[in-house]
Amino acid sequence: MKALVKAAVVTLGGLVLRRFLLPSGRHGPWQQAPLTRREPRWHVVTVNPARDELTPDSPLPEPLAGLGDAVDVRIRRAAGDRGIELAVRLRDGAQSPVTAGARRLAGRDPNQAIRAALREAKQLLETGEVLHPDFPPTTQPTVVNKPLQMATRQGRREGRL
Amino acid sequence: MKALLWQGVNELSVGEVPDPTMRNEQDAIIRVRKTVTCGSDLHLLGGYIPFMERGDVLGHEFLGEVVEVGPQVRKHKVGDRVVVCSFVSCGRCWYCQQQQYSLCDNGNTNPAITENVWGFAPGGCYGYSHALGGFAGSHAEYIRVPYADQGAFTVPDGVSDERALFASDAAPTGWMGADLGGVKAGDVVAVWGAGGVGQMAARAAVLLGAERVIIIDRFANRLQMAEKYLGVEALNYQTQDVGSELLERSGGRGPDVCIEAVGMESHSTGPQYLYDQVKQQLRLESDRPIAAREAIYHCRKGGSVFLLGVYANLVDKFPLGAVMNKGLTLRGAQQHGHRYIPMLLERMARGELVTEHLATHTMPLDEAPQGYNMFKNKLDGCVRAVFEPA
Ligand SMILES: NC(=O)c1ccc[n+]([C@@H]2O[C@H](COP(=O)([O-])OP(=O)(O)OC[C@H]3O[C@@H](n4cnc5c(N)ncnc54)[C@H](O)[C@@H]3O)[C@@H](O)[C@H]2O)c1
Ligand SMILES: [Zn+2]
Ligand SMILES: [Zn+2]
Repeated sequence: MKALVKAAVVTLGGLVLRRFLLPSGRHGPWQQAPLTRREPRWHVVTVNPARDELTPDSPLPEPLAGLGDAVDVRIRRAAGDRGIELAVRLRDGAQSPVTAGARRLAGRDPNQAIRAALREAKQLLETGEVLHPDFPPTTQPTVVNKPLQMATRQGRREGRL
Repeated sequence: MKALLWQGVNELSVGEVPDPTMRNEQDAIIRVRKTVTCGSDLHLLGGYIPFMERGDVLGHEFLGEVVEVGPQVRKHKVGDRVVVCSFVSCGRCWYCQQQQYSLCDNGNTNPAITENVWGFAPGGCYGYSHALGGFAGSHAEYIRVPYADQGAFTVPDGVSDERALFASDAAPTGWMGADLGGVKAGDVVAVWGAGGVGQMAARAAVLLGAERVIIIDRFANRLQMAEKYLGVEALNYQTQDVGSELLERSGGRGPDVCIEAVGMESHSTGPQYLYDQVKQQLRLESDRPIAAREAIYHCRKGGSVFLLGVYANLVDKFPLGAVMNKGLTLRGAQQHGHRYIPMLLERMARGELVTEHLATHTMPLDEAPQGYNMFKNKLDGCVRAVFEPA
């Protein structure tokens, strides 16, 4: 299992990810400066630390590393032995709500990619694998199913994080 | 392979679907030997949980034989006889480590649906709609079991298939209601609903030392079953007054722990039944919480109410005043089966926990639509219909 996780993480090499290890702070992810309205939101997950190789200095798991320098990544130990908090946000991606909405509908909202990457990174670190849905499906596409199938596809990425 | 398919609201059929395939290295494929109906399926069948697609395979409570294991499965090998927890949990996230397995962070492949409806996503569940992961259900010849080391439990030799089957869902669910409801020695415990789940909760309360356990329903056969096999008292809400009976049987204090094992399709003899049915049909409330209201009302001051019955979303006329002013503890959960299953199998082996009486009807998978009709409409004394795919 360890080997699997190791294989799933890549060393950062040439990537220009900005990573900080910060103690604590009042604003989103742990910075002291007040949040300005236009700044993109941080997406955060907490990863359970069962695996000893996961520390704030570990290489990032592949799904996050894959986002390259489009994002800022911050990592810190969570309070109360709850593991590691991984925070990611678009670097210069501040968008008007209208553009963001349109991109989301088209499935091209970079925030969706961030959420999916965070979720998958957490799964890799905690369980060694990303859990896949059953395949092949047993369902048949029908008119009534369509909205639900769209919601489900979205369901693999979006949601609250 | 053959499977029981959801075709639409109140429409089931047996049909052919592709065999399941291994999707992860921690998966196992199980050949299903016995798979059983659950009250939760009725909510899906009736369309109260609107995340089913035509062709989804139903069923989440099952026992079978391992026929294939992924390279990362350590605990199980081909040929093992296993009972599988109905919830899909990874065993390694923070929630799993707190033994709150049904809240697993990694068990649901479509978490956003429930995150949007409830704020956060619980784990996955077999055959329980796309909101809980879209995993194919167990009313089929084969089923894929993710995180097999966590979710599948080897059945001890001395325990029959008939008995062990219920260690998948009904028994751990009931046990959780009594355990997390805080049942202690000397308590008076009232359980609403004498289906498989309520019966298992009542038996758990007895085994946890309750002095009196009273189970409430309107079906005489279910109540008699509970008296005969579980050693508990019955209360028929159609012929007896629930409030007065509970007061009389608890020294005027009211039950210490009230376990609700009915859920969102609750029935009542009073005018509230019509009220809730109309509101539910008009989609002004999604769930009928009649038994939950009663449990809260009749619970003693400072007592504990545990909701085992499944609710999808919104209820109406919820007695929050009673919860607050009586200082109640109100809890609920989908079952954290992994926490209890090994212990329950041991109790089954020792004969402390019998379950096979719940399986009132056993039939081939081909007859599953008729089985659901009997189970849903409580025909012929049906408490649980068990299907045998082989
Ligand atoms: N929490 C969990 O993990 C979990 C697991 C399994 C099932 N469940 C839920 O538990 C509930 C019960 O499941 P089941 O399989 O026993 O169902 P079931 O349909 O076999 O039994 C429900 C019983 O409740 C009785 N009932 C209806 N209205 C009542 C009322 N007002 N007062 C008292 N009794 C009333 C019915 O007559 C019936 O006997 C369902 O909502 C199901 O979804 C929850
Ligand atoms: Zn169930
Ligand atoms: Zn988990």
